[in-house]
Amino acid sequence: MSVTQQAAPAVTTPPASGPKETDGRTTQRSLALRLLARPEVGVFLGAVAVYVFFLVSAPPVRDGSSMANILYQSSTIGIMALPVALLMIGGEFDLSAGVSVITSALTASMLCYQLSMNVWAGVVVALLVSLGVGFLNGWMLVKTGLPSFLVTLGTFLILQGVNLAVTKLVTGNVATDDISDMDGFGQARKLFASSFQIGDVQVKITVVWWLVFAAIATWVLLRTKYGNWIFAVGGNKESARAVGVPVTFTKISLFMLVGFGAWFVGMHQLFTFNTVQSGEGVGQELIYIAAAVIGGCLLTGGHGSAIGPVFGAFMFGMVQQGIVYAGWNPDWFKAFLGVMLLGATLINLWVSRAATRR
Amino acid sequence: MNRTSLPRSRRLVPAAAVAAAAALTLAGCSSSSGGKKSAEEADNASAGKASTPRMTIALVTHAPSGDTFWDTIRKGAEAAAAKDNVKLIYSNDETAGDQANLVQNAIDQKVDGIAVTLAKPDALKDVVAKAEQAGIPVVGLNAGLGVWKEQGLLSFFGQDEAVSGQALGTKLNGTGAKHTLCVIQAQGDVNLEERCAGVKKTFGGKTDILYVNGTDMPSVKSTITAKLKQDSSIDEVVTLGAPVALTAVQAVSESSSKAKVATFDLNKDLVSAIQKGSIQFAVDQQPYLQGYLAVDSLWLYKTNGNFSGGGEQPVLTGPAFVDKSNVEAVATFAAKGTR
Repeated sequence: MSVTQQAAPAVTTPPASGPKETDGRTTQRSLALRLLARPEVGVFLGAVAVYVFFLVSAPPVRDGSSMANILYQSSTIGIMALPVALLMIGGEFDLSAGVSVITSALTASMLCYQLSMNVWAGVVVALLVSLGVGFLNGWMLVKTGLPSFLVTLGTFLILQGVNLAVTKLVTGNVATDDISDMDGFGQARKLFASSFQIGDVQVKITVVWWLVFAAIATWVLLRTKYGNWIFAVGGNKESARAVGVPVTFTKISLFMLVGFGAWFVGMHQLFTFNTVQSGEGVGQELIYIAAAVIGGCLLTGGHGSAIGPVFGAFMFGMVQQGIVYAGWNPDWFKAFLGVMLLGATLINLWVSRAATRR
Repeated sequence: MNRTSLPRSRRLVPAAAVAAAAALTLAGCSSSSGGKKSAEEADNASAGKASTPRMTIALVTHAPSGDTFWDTIRKGAEAAAAKDNVKLIYSNDETAGDQANLVQNAIDQKVDGIAVTLAKPDALKDVVAKAEQAGIPVVGLNAGLGVWKEQGLLSFFGQDEAVSGQALGTKLNGTGAKHTLCVIQAQGDVNLEERCAGVKKTFGGKTDILYVNGTDMPSVKSTITAKLKQDSSIDEVVTLGAPVALTAVQAVSESSSKAKVATFDLNKDLVSAIQKGSIQFAVDQQPYLQGYLAVDSLWLYKTNGNFSGGGEQPVLTGPAFVDKSNVEAVATFAAKGTR
């Protein structure tokens, strides 16, 4: 139901002038209920609940620097969860997102090391490679009409193998060489992996980028034609095409957006840790998807927001670090994580159901 | 409109990539420091080649792909194979059942010998017995110290994880550390749990265990940072792999903790960290030696009937400590990725 609701006005009218008081049912709903029906409100309440829970049970969380650490963990998930969420609103998802982060980092690192180039050259080529991978995903999907599960599962496996085989072929090892003494490393580190001081708290630059990207994504989604296209292709591809939405362009560009995110996070990892192990990244794609789903994006497409995944990623970071701050028995770590996330998702679900029932 | 935009961008992306790469290379974007140019050319260990008939040996491990530690084992095995005129078939799978299938695969190929890691010995018991029935000699390496004899293996090359953990615990007692954090990067891995249990057993102070997600380095970093923040009495971080150790050093400095870092296992970046003093010491189980000896012992058995370790005792490759006092001797080998 929400699918058609989102899609129909999106293609016919600009979002600013929505229908007013013409439908009897919408006027009866209170402001609170209408707010609750927004996709990000459930996860916001869930995130607040988790935050308060750890604030009470884990004293170190109250410290400013702990919050900076939690936000850092959230940002490395969140920067990827944003394009993954947009893609999901557009009706597709990307299983190759986890390993493409490592692909990007490996490309940049090996290129500038092997050819002894300034690291910026590697950064630029890695961006092109990442966008290329995204383009290939989208292009194959559109051309073949196969489900994105299959197409991106294929890319996931290919990238996983290529990451390992090419790294071994080029470096002779399964990890890249240290590039921290090369020209341009310092500048690139400033952009992708520096931190700054607020009071006596060290905040990572990725946190800023995360929020900037989220703001841009929200604006694009709610205020631009392209945002309408995303909702439209995720809601109903055929009717979107019928009213003139460029479906092919929208889908391919969304996959390329995921490529951009993978590049950014990949560069962050490279410039934080100087070297990259080729086997990393596997399994991360599920965490990105989970953050987007917890953030209120439907797995079936056509519904969601850009701010929801921000809280989804925050919840992941909060739970993961909160358990450690609380000093609980680590044997239960994964179980805690699962229970907390499931609980938060249920709150999310319950809120949106309660809001749309009347 | 989507019809026209597609071919254009299809031609554009690779063309732009090639053009950009070429332009960057030509425009003098070269780095004046670091990079491959400045890295020393180093020869790999080689000791001529045996004139014995060509034979085939399979090395089947439970390694995850893309891990620097296991790559070193493979390099040792390859060096021995090159010297012994052996064709080496390397395969690996983390899942015990799939590893057993790989051993079966080697039996089907009628190899002349099998070297296998027994991280999950029960799952491999049947297939190892099958190989022995087929007349294929089997040696163990790295994992399976407790079971290699009862499963009828010729020899075993590795370290006792519990013993190496205990050795590290004992060494820590001499450094004045009081509260140790043992970081496990894969929850439920028997070898890793044994190491931390060993540390706990001999270390005089308190030992805590922390689980981190080894495939996501940013989360490893923030989790260790969180733990150091939660408990400021931790004055020693023990990690079980070189990449995690280097990340732990960053976490320590970011949490403004005074903890020192010690680790199991080496790689070349870790060696330079020991030289610089950011890491106290590493317990080296010499993975290169494990791979090398496993292949070489099968060759010796086939050509000369020898049993390494006399068929009674395991051949221990560790624990050897690498710290500031002996790191220089190791550094040149580590640079090649073989130590």
